[in-house]
Amino acid sequence: MNRLRVRKLTSSLALGFAGVATLIGLLCLGAILWTLIKNGIAGISIATFTEMTPPPGSAGGLLNAIYGSLLMTGIGLAIGAPVGILAGTYLAEYGRGNTLSTIVRFVNDVLLSAPSIIVGLFVYELLVVRMGHFSATAGAMALAVIAIPVTVRTTEDMLNLIPQGMKDASTALGVNHWRTVLGVVYPAARSGIITGLLLAIARISGETAPLLFTALNNQFWSTNLDAPMANLPVVIFQFALSPYADWQRLAWSGALMITVAILILSIVARSIAAAVKGGRK
Amino acid sequence: MLETAPKVVVSESRLARERSIEKVFRAATFVAAILVLLLLGGVTVTLVRGGWPALAHFKFAFISTEIWNPVTEKFGALAPIYGTLVTSVIAMAIAVPVSFGVAVFLTELAPKWLRRPVGVAIELLAGVPSIIYGIWGLFVLAPILQRHVQPWLIDHLGGTPVIGSLFQGPPFGIGILTAGLVLAIMVLPFVASVMRDVFETVPDVLKESAYGLGATRWEVIWKVVVPYTRAGTIGGIMLGLGRALGETMAVTFVIGNAHRVSASLLAPGTTISASIANEFTEAVGDLYTSSLVALGVLLFLITFVVIAIARLMLMRLNRKALSSV
Repeated sequence: MNRLRVRKLTSSLALGFAGVATLIGLLCLGAILWTLIKNGIAGISIATFTEMTPPPGSAGGLLNAIYGSLLMTGIGLAIGAPVGILAGTYLAEYGRGNTLSTIVRFVNDVLLSAPSIIVGLFVYELLVVRMGHFSATAGAMALAVIAIPVTVRTTEDMLNLIPQGMKDASTALGVNHWRTVLGVVYPAARSGIITGLLLAIARISGETAPLLFTALNNQFWSTNLDAPMANLPVVIFQFALSPYADWQRLAWSGALMITVAILILSIVARSIAAAVKGGRK
Repeated sequence: MLETAPKVVVSESRLARERSIEKVFRAATFVAAILVLLLLGGVTVTLVRGGWPALAHFKFAFISTEIWNPVTEKFGALAPIYGTLVTSVIAMAIAVPVSFGVAVFLTELAPKWLRRPVGVAIELLAGVPSIIYGIWGLFVLAPILQRHVQPWLIDHLGGTPVIGSLFQGPPFGIGILTAGLVLAIMVLPFVASVMRDVFETVPDVLKESAYGLGATRWEVIWKVVVPYTRAGTIGGIMLGLGRALGETMAVTFVIGNAHRVSASLLAPGTTISASIANEFTEAVGDLYTSSLVALGVLLFLITFVVIAIARLMLMRLNRKALSSV
């Protein structure tokens, strides 16, 4: 009897700890979001979206940084996504089950978790050193390198969801493999692939470390891909660590913007993915 | 009069074209897959080549000395290595038990209506960029620690034997301990959602059998769920460790960037990634730059081993069960 009570007590204590842990975890994360919203909204005005990053001590906005972030994320995705989708197609279609695809899958998973600052160093050595200066191109390349493993992984997972029967039906009509992939598999997996792309955008748009020594930063408006370009993460980094109140306010606003954008992207991606799964049941 | 069925004629040339497109498409996917391998190879070769001058110049002293002096061009990586390891250990010591609690809560304890919203919230937070955690650590957590927590630690633990030296010195707010805490909060949602995915792979039959034998809830978790998912759980923890070791932005804000190995956890320090982030663009001279790249080589080596082990352990699981990694 006594033993049973000890067991029950242990159980309640352990489960109580689990509840408390969840509460602590959620509280910490809630605190972060709350601070972010409170400090971020205070600094947001029309000027945030229409003016350039200011010199210390004067008012300004984040227009050039927003533009740079959008542009480099766009180019990064435009380079990374096709490579990722093709490689994912190889893993799910052509190389299914062979040794090469097992190795590629493993290497891809390692790249997926590799520290992003390493990617920054890689692109620095590869492009910045050769070109002799920092540039938006190098920044976009670094983001592309990070986007590739994300896209490979999601594409493969999504293509694997396509029923074999659909592909067999297409093959039975005498259709070539490539036509089956382009005409049957991709359309059937379209929303899944879009989810993957959205997740890739969410992943690269908040990356700071790989941009620090590739795109660097630029206080002025620049559309030159061959020159350093402002971008939200690096501006947040520099402004937050500065002693100027104006700059710190802008850093918070930029941080809020990025977080909101990423949360929206992830929620949209998630609901598309849920709809895909629901439709397959 | 019967109409004859239209005769479908596929010309030889059309078939030949289809076949060549097939070859091209197949080759394109193959090249893309090889590119993934080349990426890893390229990163390794490029970093080693960039860091080689420093590694060849300092040899073993690079990882065994603490001096980091750009003026005399003496570089030793002991302080960043130490900082990387210690902050990660602090982070995992806090994040693993809490994540375990969260995963248990989500899979075994929470009512059905609560599971989805809390689970989704945790997953979304795992996607928040690390710079957000860094800026919060600097402006919110560090002042709180400096004013309230660290003075208490110094007063109450600073004098105790053995562990006392960990809690001595002035309360800076920023430092190794703060960085470890920020890292813990950052990896928490990540590790928790992997663990949750892993716990959900346990077949209900196993758990129900244990309940049928009269086991308490905790006994079911500790003696059925945990042993059944051991490989996956360790894999998830290792992935979290890989993140903590390589994390840059969350740490750079709060570590203090001091190339020192201090006994005290309250002292400022540095990590490999923080040193690179702070100094790389300002590094003058080839040896300085090369030393920073060599730091990158060390980081890549450490994280590669950790991540590879994690992935090998997670490979045994059904990939589809792991939605969040």
